[in-house]
Amino acid sequence: MGLLSKKDAALITDPFADNNPITIQVLGICSALAITAELKASIVMAVSVLFVLGAGNVVISLMRNIIPSKIRIIVQLIVVATLVIIVDQVLKAFAYELSKTLGAFIGLIITNCIIMGRFEAFALANGPWRSFLDGIGNALGYGVILIIVGFFRELLGSGTLLGFKVLGDPIEKTGLYAFGYENNGFMLLAPMALIVVGIIIWIQRSRNVALIED
Amino acid sequence: MSKRTDSNLYTVLFAAGMVLVVGALLAFFASALKPTINENKRIEKQQNILYAMGVNENDETSAIFVSKDKVADVFAKYITKQLVIQGSKVTEDAKAYLIDVKKEQTSAKEGNERRLPLFVGEKDGKTFYIAPIRGKGLWDAIWGYVAMDADMIVQGAYFDHKGETAGLGANIKQRFFMDDFIGEHLMKDGSFKGITISKSNNDPKNEDKTDNEVDAIAGATITGDGVSAMIKSELKKYVSFFNTLKTN
Repeated sequence: MGLLSKKDAALITDPFADNNPITIQVLGICSALAITAELKASIVMAVSVLFVLGAGNVVISLMRNIIPSKIRIIVQLIVVATLVIIVDQVLKAFAYELSKTLGAFIGLIITNCIIMGRFEAFALANGPWRSFLDGIGNALGYGVILIIVGFFRELLGSGTLLGFKVLGDPIEKTGLYAFGYENNGFMLLAPMALIVVGIIIWIQRSRNVALIED
Repeated sequence: MSKRTDSNLYTVLFAAGMVLVVGALLAFFASALKPTINENKRIEKQQNILYAMGVNENDETSAIFVSKDKVADVFAKYITKQLVIQGSKVTEDAKAYLIDVKKEQTSAKEGNERRLPLFVGEKDGKTFYIAPIRGKGLWDAIWGYVAMDADMIVQGAYFDHKGETAGLGANIKQRFFMDDFIGEHLMKDGSFKGITISKSNNDPKNEDKTDNEVDAIAGATITGDGVSAMIKSELKKYVSFFNTLKTN
């Protein structure tokens, strides 16, 4: 990466692997459970968080020297809520269809603990450019887990991917279903999201033993 | 680290300033964008009504509305009459589709007589009666439009929701669910029975159209119950109007 120094590049790549917000820091679990029943929703959520976290980190970083420390959490919350509401309003006016798809996520974005976590841990102490990279990196790390979980839950739970019936039709008994395969309805429920996240954590830590805590 | 930003006065002033800035910013966006947003909502209502009576651009699997720029002409072409039913009084009103069902529900609770909008559509020589319905899902409001013939047999339905769970309750706006309602009877032996979203009707392909039941979505029990409830309570209010159609 010629564009970024090694230190800056690590801001983006670290959250992907050894410092992943979901599997290592165990943040953002609530939304990972709520919206990963289908792949499309996971992708929409990942993109939304990418935008909000990137922009939010820059705003907080620019304000970091004037924010009174006593009320900094409230200030962070207001910044993220304002950003999200403005984006929602603009989408409603100029991309109505998209805003309908996003509707259910708006509240979830504001309460996502990764966003508050990055504001608090990074943006308050670093400049705007590095904060921006950190925001993008963490949002990507979050998004990639969301998409993996969404992929498996939709595939095994509904037998579809992005709504396409990739395994055949369960009612007409075509494709895999002709051989007696059944969808696992349990995959659609929230507990399975946690179990899938657990499996990812297990695989990640067995490949990189340094990540295992005592 | 004792800085000037730690003083109480600074904190209070900062908070007050922040409220002013954020408040002004949000108020500006809200009022500047409101006309465009309302226009989008109005167009969407027309698209929904047309969708329910089968005027849409559906492909094999997904639900696609009549496009935004064509909708005004198409709406004028297919929707021949818009009625407002209030008790036994029926009046025509070309703006009936703008009636806010939520507001009517609230004002009915306060004891006012509810205004019930009903849209009459004509397509291929058939007459459709389309009614808006509104109720509660698991997390928030759900609503829809149901097109019926004069015998209250469903000819098409469109459902939507504010915040049902993606992949579960949110699937009420998917074709596989909405299409199941087509042909389903709302009446049973001459009286109104509604349609129940059932987990035990043993009819996943929905071939029995007279059982007043539609197959439920796995993992969406409460949203499904909400759909049943809104169909029952809302469409029941139109029964007396449909009875007058028969005597005429």
